[in-house]
Amino acid sequence: MITSFLLKSLDRSIIAVVAILLGLAIAVPALNLLTAPDHPLHVPTYLVSLFGKYLTYALLALALDLVWGFCGILSLGHAAFFALGGYAMGMYLMRQIGARGSYGNPLLPDFMVFLNWKELPWFWQGFDMFWFAALMVVLVPGLLAFVFGWFAFRSRVNGVYLSIITQAMTYALLLAFFRNDMGFGGNNGLTDFKDILGFNIQAAGTRAALFAASALTLAICLVLTTAIVRSKYGKVLVAVRDAESRTRFLGYRVEHIKLFAFTVSAMMAGIAGALYVPQVGIINPGEFEPGNSIEVVIWTAVGGRGTLIGPIVGAILVNGGKSIFTAAFPEFWLFALGGLFVLVTLFLPKGVVGTASAYLARRKAHRRAADAERARDTLVAEPMAAE
Amino acid sequence: MYRILQTLLITLCLLVSAHVTGPRAADDLGALVSALGTAKLAELDDRIGALAKSGDPRVIPVLEALGEGNLYARKTDGGVFLTTEKGASLVLVDPLTGSAIGEAPKGELQKIKVNNAVRRAVRSALGGLTLFSADTGARLKAAQSMRQTPNADALEAIEAALAAEKDATVRKTLDEARAVTLLVSDRPDDDKRAAIKTLAESGGREALGVLTSALSSADASLKPDIEAALQRIEQAQVFWNAGQNVWYGLSLGSVLLLAAIGLAITFGVMGIINMAHGEMVMLGAYTTFLVQDVIRTSYPALFDWSLAIALPLAFLVTGVIGLAIERSVIRFLYGRPLETLLATWGISLILQQAVRSIFGPTNREVGNPSWMAGAFDVGGLTITWNRLWIIVFALAVFAALLFLLKRTSMGLRMRAVTQNRRMASSMGIRTPFVDALTFALGSGIAGMAGVALSQIDNVSPNLGQGYIIDSFMVVVFGGVGNLWGTLVGAFSLGILNKFLEPYAGAVLGKILVLVLIILFIQKKPRGLFALKGRAVEA
Repeated sequence: MITSFLLKSLDRSIIAVVAILLGLAIAVPALNLLTAPDHPLHVPTYLVSLFGKYLTYALLALALDLVWGFCGILSLGHAAFFALGGYAMGMYLMRQIGARGSYGNPLLPDFMVFLNWKELPWFWQGFDMFWFAALMVVLVPGLLAFVFGWFAFRSRVNGVYLSIITQAMTYALLLAFFRNDMGFGGNNGLTDFKDILGFNIQAAGTRAALFAASALTLAICLVLTTAIVRSKYGKVLVAVRDAESRTRFLGYRVEHIKLFAFTVSAMMAGIAGALYVPQVGIINPGEFEPGNSIEVVIWTAVGGRGTLIGPIVGAILVNGGKSIFTAAFPEFWLFALGGLFVLVTLFLPKGVVGTASAYLARRKAHRRAADAERARDTLVAEPMAAE
Repeated sequence: MYRILQTLLITLCLLVSAHVTGPRAADDLGALVSALGTAKLAELDDRIGALAKSGDPRVIPVLEALGEGNLYARKTDGGVFLTTEKGASLVLVDPLTGSAIGEAPKGELQKIKVNNAVRRAVRSALGGLTLFSADTGARLKAAQSMRQTPNADALEAIEAALAAEKDATVRKTLDEARAVTLLVSDRPDDDKRAAIKTLAESGGREALGVLTSALSSADASLKPDIEAALQRIEQAQVFWNAGQNVWYGLSLGSVLLLAAIGLAITFGVMGIINMAHGEMVMLGAYTTFLVQDVIRTSYPALFDWSLAIALPLAFLVTGVIGLAIERSVIRFLYGRPLETLLATWGISLILQQAVRSIFGPTNREVGNPSWMAGAFDVGGLTITWNRLWIIVFALAVFAALLFLLKRTSMGLRMRAVTQNRRMASSMGIRTPFVDALTFALGSGIAGMAGVALSQIDNVSPNLGQGYIIDSFMVVVFGGVGNLWGTLVGAFSLGILNKFLEPYAGAVLGKILVLVLIILFIQKKPRGLFALKGRAVEA
């Protein structure tokens, strides 16, 4: 039943993107590991990590699109869910360092030894097991989103107000994680990771595997969100976006519908963060910056909100541009990003993908109309000929 | 160098007076001064006391020189001299007459060694002597120093000074100094009881310290009095501490109000989520920097007027930039608030980077004019002028804005357009024109806030970022579309923050405030003072 539910929802463009992602998941690691460094098709390891990072950003943008594009909730706190997932993964990686830290303490991470802590705080218990950390990656952001959303949607905080309080949430978390007393490494965050699941985190093989995992996760999440959006629930979700009060009057529990989307989206953001951290090698409170969340919004907007492929394209485009720009003209990146924000909102409200598909649809309709015209012409012409 | 000159000058003056007082007094003093040369370190205290008791103003330079280590004794005859260093030798000056004796190599003289205890004794003796100075400021300073370091020997001098004192402030300080000194003297208990009462009335941290140390050494009969006095002072301090917190809260609240008040127009009245608001504040601060820069290089005399010049300029600069933003970007986005958020965020990035490219990423120095520097005391509170002026300024801007919105025809049009755009338009109001002016007004006010905030914050390209979230919190908490809500919101958040700080620490306090706001919005989604009616749903 679930298979048919998933299959039914796939249309050609989604299948194509999933196929590309799966192809990348195989091809990039293969080109990295199996070809010689001087081979023309060789992908260097740093690029593998860089592309892996883009894919986690794409997943984050996809998560945001589920709530913003399909439910009309502009969350300015998605970087917080992303960072929380990242911290959960970072805690696991810290515990894996074991006695190899600079203080050689088998149990406590370096920063705790430095702060003169005697024992592991309760919330660090269990993070030495991967399954537990993996569970927390999903649960912690999910739970935060659930509680936050439950309060916010129940009291009908929406629109601008919701955006602002999600921003307040991520700002409060930013301040909290900067504190050393919180037990998350304060300003420096968590870093100096050694292995993941027993494999050296720096090794090319691990990096390739992480890339493949990112691509695979993105593909799975894309299928999942497509399924959600195309289901009956998804229709109601869009109805909430377009006419919230009317949906409520029709008897739907709007707050439950929103809450489900918000929580799922936060969980996906958490997974993205968890994949991001081992590839980047550090997680610190800077990830909670309110500006980061807003940047995610622009990725989604550039790609096209309300299209599931759009955020993926947007995240990769903007971040690719950022990598190229900051290397070539570091002064101008912020001008370019700022200009992008303005231009996209003014001239490209549907984003790249949205505009392109609208254009294609229009052309298709045009062609169909032309065909119909021709058909009618012939229909009209024939009787005339018969006369 | 200045000290030496001063010492010489005083000695020179004394030279004249020495002739008047006659040779006998000079001989007595001369003996006392030479006794300094032969005294051991432990005896110096008494000798200084004896000198101070003489009450002769000529003793002042001697004691000053002693405290600074410029008093030397000649090894051959034990004569004591004021000295100034000159190469390998010392220039000798007679301590009482001030006449130059000549030079002598350093080897012939021995410095009269002092330690911290002696320096303290010198200070309090000098304090006692300057109690009779003709200058009120000097007398007040002397009384304060006597109050700080009580010395039983000085009691008579203080009482004599108290009897002669006319100035009320000095009298009050002297009274307290007398009480403090009395406690360490061997006067009868009744006097001490009265002194304790005086101290309890005056309050303050110093009285608390004196009484606490007196408690351990006092007689059993005095102890209950002291304890009662201590309690009274502590209660007063709790009160003043609360007062201080309120003051800090008001100060923070005024900063929040300044930062938020422009936003109350652009966001609260027009519904534009203006993320570039912080950058308008930043541009205002940089305008102040530029104005001061020009004044420093070209018209240094005008420095105290720099803020008055910067205010209208900042209003104009940011107002014009705001107008340009409204005309080029925002007017296409009315009715789509979330899109304005993205576009204005982009504008804020551009403005920040532009300022960074022009002025560099580091902090720029903006000075305080003289009328904003310094502080004064009210009871147990210390109030700095710059904070006070900022509160006054914030309230003035608020009042002006309120007047503009409620009492002028322009304000009437603004309110009409925000409440019902189409109706206003059909009444003949040029809505695009009103929109542009309203946005320019909000931006201009942000720029004026920047002038004020440049006085208390670092002027850097990131200045605005620090205020943007707080400003939104204030506007949302106070209630969108209501200026009074912004006022109440700013001050209540400021005071709440400062009351949480002592218990939770600065960062945790701020987090708590944010969490409280989030919870508050759940309860009242439209803020403290919500607009009612159809305008809300629009």
